[in-house]
Amino acid sequence: MEFLRPATWDEALAAKAEYPTALPISGGTDVMVEMNFDVHRPSAILDLNRITELTEWEITGDVVRLGASVPYTRIINELSGPLPGLALAAHTVGSPQIRNRGGVGGNLGGASPAGDAHPALLAAGRDVFVEVASHARGTRLIAIDDFYVGVKRNSMEQDELIRRVHIPVADGPQQFSKIGTRNAMVIAVCAFGFALHPKNRTVGTGIGSAAPTPRRAVEAEEYLQGVLAERGLWESGDLLGAEVTQRFGELVKAAASPIDDVRGTADYRRHSLAVMARRTLTWTWNDYSKQIRSAA
Amino acid sequence: MSTRTIQGQKNLQDIRQASKDGIGGSPLRPDGTLKVKGEFAYSSDMWHEDMLWGMALRSPHPRANILSVDISEALKLPGVYAVLTHDDIPGSKFYGLEIQDQPALAIDKVRYHGEAIAIVAADHPETARRAVKKIKVEYEVLTPIVTEEQCLNPEVHGYVHEPHEYKSHGHGNICHSQKLVHGGGVTDEIRALADVIVKSDYEVGMQDQAFLGPESGLAVPAEDGGIDLYVATQWLHVDRQQMAPVLGLPEEKVRLTLAGVGGAFGGREDLSMQIHASLLAQRTGKPVKIVYARDESFFGHVHRHPAKMTYEHGVTRDGKLVFADARIVLDGGAYASASPAVVGNAASLGHGPYNIPNVRMEAIALYSNNPSCGAMRGFGAVQAAFAYESQMDKLAAAIGMDPVELRQLNAMSEGDSMPTGQVIDSPAPVAELLQRVKDMPLPPPLDLENLDVRTLPGALSNTSHGEGIVRGIGYSVGIKNVGFSEGFDDYSTARVRLEVIGGEPVAMVHTAMAEVGQGGVTVHAQIARTELGVEQVTIHPANTEVGSAGSTSASRQTYMTGGAVKLAAEAVKQAVIEKGRRRYGWTQNDLTLAGGKVVSESAGALIPLVDLLGDEAIDLTREHHHRPTVPFDKETGQGFGHVQYTFCANRAVVDVDVELGLVKVVELTAAQDVGKALNPLSVIGQIQGGCTQALGLAVMEEIIVRDGKVRNASFTDYLIPTILDTPPIPVDVLELPDPNAPYGLRGVGEAPTVSATPCIVAAIRQATGKALNRIPVRPEHITGTL
Repeated sequence: MEFLRPATWDEALAAKAEYPTALPISGGTDVMVEMNFDVHRPSAILDLNRITELTEWEITGDVVRLGASVPYTRIINELSGPLPGLALAAHTVGSPQIRNRGGVGGNLGGASPAGDAHPALLAAGRDVFVEVASHARGTRLIAIDDFYVGVKRNSMEQDELIRRVHIPVADGPQQFSKIGTRNAMVIAVCAFGFALHPKNRTVGTGIGSAAPTPRRAVEAEEYLQGVLAERGLWESGDLLGAEVTQRFGELVKAAASPIDDVRGTADYRRHSLAVMARRTLTWTWNDYSKQIRSAA
Repeated sequence: MSTRTIQGQKNLQDIRQASKDGIGGSPLRPDGTLKVKGEFAYSSDMWHEDMLWGMALRSPHPRANILSVDISEALKLPGVYAVLTHDDIPGSKFYGLEIQDQPALAIDKVRYHGEAIAIVAADHPETARRAVKKIKVEYEVLTPIVTEEQCLNPEVHGYVHEPHEYKSHGHGNICHSQKLVHGGGVTDEIRALADVIVKSDYEVGMQDQAFLGPESGLAVPAEDGGIDLYVATQWLHVDRQQMAPVLGLPEEKVRLTLAGVGGAFGGREDLSMQIHASLLAQRTGKPVKIVYARDESFFGHVHRHPAKMTYEHGVTRDGKLVFADARIVLDGGAYASASPAVVGNAASLGHGPYNIPNVRMEAIALYSNNPSCGAMRGFGAVQAAFAYESQMDKLAAAIGMDPVELRQLNAMSEGDSMPTGQVIDSPAPVAELLQRVKDMPLPPPLDLENLDVRTLPGALSNTSHGEGIVRGIGYSVGIKNVGFSEGFDDYSTARVRLEVIGGEPVAMVHTAMAEVGQGGVTVHAQIARTELGVEQVTIHPANTEVGSAGSTSASRQTYMTGGAVKLAAEAVKQAVIEKGRRRYGWTQNDLTLAGGKVVSESAGALIPLVDLLGDEAIDLTREHHHRPTVPFDKETGQGFGHVQYTFCANRAVVDVDVELGLVKVVELTAAQDVGKALNPLSVIGQIQGGCTQALGLAVMEEIIVRDGKVRNASFTDYLIPTILDTPPIPVDVLELPDPNAPYGLRGVGEAPTVSATPCIVAAIRQATGKALNRIPVRPEHITGTL
């Protein structure tokens, strides 16, 4: 097994071009576990830990540019304001030790439907982009909606590496809920991310662990956007009726296509998604409503 | 965590002016700080010059015929020193704790998912792994025999072991069975005496011991042709007894030393890597280390028997139990392991700590192609307690009585008779223990105004901000035996040496007791201090140079090996005093050892031990046998089968998110009679640990097996409680001495594991109104989405 330790991003891209099957590793919280369980014996490992820019973030305009290796602990401590949904998701990742090592790049690279970051990224809006690069073709941005293509598969080419993720700074309340059968350190049975985007009058959703890929509940978003627009709720901040949260929950549930597995049944996943959708919508809308009323 | 120690009758030992680090004190354990700091040397940390790494090839099928095994490609791999199959075993090919029905390496067929077929020794674990992959096995895959219906119809579905292969009383696919009849049994006439009858089916999933230190050990070939094995185990001598015949060696050439053990809970009672590493060391002439990976660990040890149970109880309108009938079907899996003894416990303890005039019981363990099941903390008493305690709640509800009152009304006490006919001849404060947990203050109600999401079901998963949360409270009590039962003489041996080292009297305690985390080494030193009146005590490494200490299981080690240390120390004390009498002509009858001196209560200090002993060491070995028991009658279950009984009562307060089915145990209270707390800190730790393991079974811990295949052999999906799942556990310790036991003590470790599971489920039932007849309770059970 080759162990590649590039010192710079360019060297990393060159190494990935030379060894396209090399498995990138940063925190190792996924890669090392899978190697221990003998799931992979990659021909080469590409260690990204010397590339310091991967652990940096910056805010440019209204966009957070989050380095692929910024650990979850730092997302919680440093980015809860601009990225509240992702920070809530980061809270649910593994143990403190894992949050100190793991970052969003690993979640995206693995593209597991159970990755905790995915629902929050989807909910953060259609302007979330994964910035990837290759030695041969340079940088490109992949819209989050085009990123997940199958079970543990993403739309990256073999010679590409994830540099960072572009996420709009939150302009409204965001929430994230996750079901696990214990109260910490648990892989999601299913998860739901939700965000209000008052600036462009949209809402964002993200479903985790309840379909072959992380996915958006498109009809639920459209239904809610319609209700909010028709009733002038963005402007009034008036409370949502129970029938709205109920219908929203039903549409989120309908958007999932879960399976039965050792972590939970498909029925339970659908059921709990509806409950989480209702609750997260209620929490975010109550917060938004308070903001509108206090501004008025 | 609050704790309270309530004194029972004053124990004789308390009268003495004892060292604060003697019995009754709480000196810290020597391994504690090292473990917390990550500096403790576990068995997996061992290293030897020139050592090889061993690894096993395991079956991916739960039932298959092995048509061929081709090791040639594996042997060609550079760095591979040996590849062995059952053909290479020099001695007997079978072993087993009670019945020698398990092949050390599979012979022509595999009976469970993960059964070892071949073993490899190589210069590096990665080389060994690659070599294992190069072994070619041709299987004829068969439909596994996994359900009760399949097991009990062998003519249709086949035999796990062919009838001619049976080495015990088993028949069909039944490994062991035990019936019990007490009073008038259960007949229609008896049933007619009850005002209300409750009958239900219950199911318990397969729990794992989930110890954190995987199976590991190092086998070193010796010049005399023997093997020195350093291993994490629960009973050195029974390992040796099973290993020697397979290795073709006399027992004295198989020498075992205990290596650092990372938890056990019953899962190290059976052999795992001991024979494999030793066979490879014998063959290669080199030291061989085997360390299981986590997934291999799940295949490499037995689990708690999953159970299907039917219970029927009759009660009068005023709450007196009239009869109880039960059938317990335990899935023993492919090999017997401890199944016969587990069945004996289930049958004899399976009606709980209650006076029931008419009783019937049948407990069986099946042979199946599921993973083998055997010993785990609570050993046969856990499954039944979930059923009978659930029944008590249902009976109380049916007659409109408080569930604690119903239990107290029928509670056993000293002088009562078990359904086996054995009279309980020491304290059995069942009603009092229940009263104690009931009287403890309740935790404050959920404060919806100042919510901390970490305190709610789901915690930081952020599933509720107060929505759907309902609180429930449940009660339970349980019974467990201490020590090995049914005629087994599980004696313990201890050697105690007293000598002067560096101008101070020093005691050395040498036993073969496996310290698996229970704190036995701390207690041994305490006993030596108290008996010999010295402060300095060293603990000799546990090995087979001294006689057997029996198993670290059945809540027995402080009772049995602690008792042996007491006997040996008393003998040393007598020898010291005799020496003084001979030399100085003392005539007092009130001599003892205290403060490093021989003292007389009437005449005061006579001589320092340093002066009396001089250069002489007094070194004596004693065996401790508990009082004899007898096997239960096969048909009636009658007999003086158990050494001692132990009781624990619990109260659980839980918050349930009834919409999502998520549970947070808010508080889990325990009250237990321990006879005498030799080390109160350790006693409380044992009770809290036992409660936590019971919590795991109640709400999360299960090995999921489908068609004989294990689906969650990892800590990613076999969930054990984290600190956020573990509530404050206030413990109320009662000390009512058992006159038959050393210091009056009562085994501690298992009773809370028996009793705490049902009260958590009872609390969830109260919150949700759901039947919850299966554990672990999953969110699907609460939300109706199974």
